[in-house]
Amino acid sequence: MDNLVNKRINEVIKGNQDAFEEIVTLFQHRLYQVCYRMLGNAQEAEDIAQEAFVRAYVNIHTFDQKRKFSTWLFRIATNLCIDRIRKKKPDYYLDANVPGTDGLNMYSHIPAAGELPEEEIERMEMQQRIQYEIGRLPDKYRTIIVLRYIEELPLQEIGDIMEMPLGTVKTRVHRGREILRKQMGSI
Amino acid sequence: MNTCPEQIVHYMHAYLDGEISRQNERELKEHLETCSACKEIMNRLSESVVFLKSAEEINAPENFVANVMAQLPKRKWQLGRTQRFLRKYPFLVAAALFLVLMSASLFSSYGNNNQFSVTKQPNLIINNGEVIVPKGEVVQGDIIVENGHLNIQGEVKGNVTVINGSKFMASTAIVTGKNEKIDDWFDWLWYKMKDTVKNIFPSSTSEGQHNE
Repeated sequence: MDNLVNKRINEVIKGNQDAFEEIVTLFQHRLYQVCYRMLGNAQEAEDIAQEAFVRAYVNIHTFDQKRKFSTWLFRIATNLCIDRIRKKKPDYYLDANVPGTDGLNMYSHIPAAGELPEEEIERMEMQQRIQYEIGRLPDKYRTIIVLRYIEELPLQEIGDIMEMPLGTVKTRVHRGREILRKQMGSI
Repeated sequence: MNTCPEQIVHYMHAYLDGEISRQNERELKEHLETCSACKEIMNRLSESVVFLKSAEEINAPENFVANVMAQLPKRKWQLGRTQRFLRKYPFLVAAALFLVLMSASLFSSYGNNNQFSVTKQPNLIINNGEVIVPKGEVVQGDIIVENGHLNIQGEVKGNVTVINGSKFMASTAIVTGKNEKIDDWFDWLWYKMKDTVKNIFPSSTSEGQHNE
């Protein structure tokens, strides 16, 4: 498959835009799925996955054909997802004290953002629940857990995507599993 | 649980990563049989993994490929044959360009320059296109004569080069350095190239002086 992909890439570099269509077709579902699991929203997932392909196209001459194309593509997409997640975050701290109030912080003003009451979680369907639990993971662990358990990629490949040593990937997978276990309680 | 060996939790994760040795796996299993707290943790960890893995596959929307293709920038960024060559072999291109420019400046200076010229040395006699190294005199340094006649009767402690001209050496003449006469353009080019290299790497000029 890598040979076929590299052949198409070379055609794209030579100026044949249509050759890129085959590349998109080959990887669309995997890339979209990663974005969807990272962002938890179909519209955003579509935007980001599309942008990832466009960026891959524009920078295709920088891709080292000795490496795996999917690794490169996943790196572009996960970086875009992380950027998007961070942009959505408010730039104030929820636990900062609100001036003029006595020890009240921002948490007391909003009904536990992102955290749903226990009964509601129990009513969720399983597929909905999976997405909910992934979305609760800190983004540092979210990428790794998605790549590991949704994409089911080997640890080494995750390291290549995230440009991290294998040891760091392992530690984060372990941490991620621990966080999942704690946040889920009993299913 | 506080009394459990610390490595047990590492074993759990190694087990989940499929990277546990048999020895450690046995140790882990033995421990889990006796410690319900650790067994509970192990079960929860496995459950969350199984739970995530049971996520259904999600496919891209139907018109995804068409949308991506429509968003690609038009051929603006695409490179022609020459530009691709430039990007691929920048060094080669730079070297070729350098040679072309260098040779252009060389050729323009050849031929244009039919004027008589000679290196200034204190005891040379210069007379209407003829340069004489008088008998008994010693010239310290190189002499280059262009488009003229050189008549050596004395001694030259250095290199002698005659370009597009003629040279006469009397029986008393002594030249301690290199003695060259350059007539056609090929010789001249070779001479210019050597000269350029010498200018770039001044250390190589000292060669001639060692001959003294």
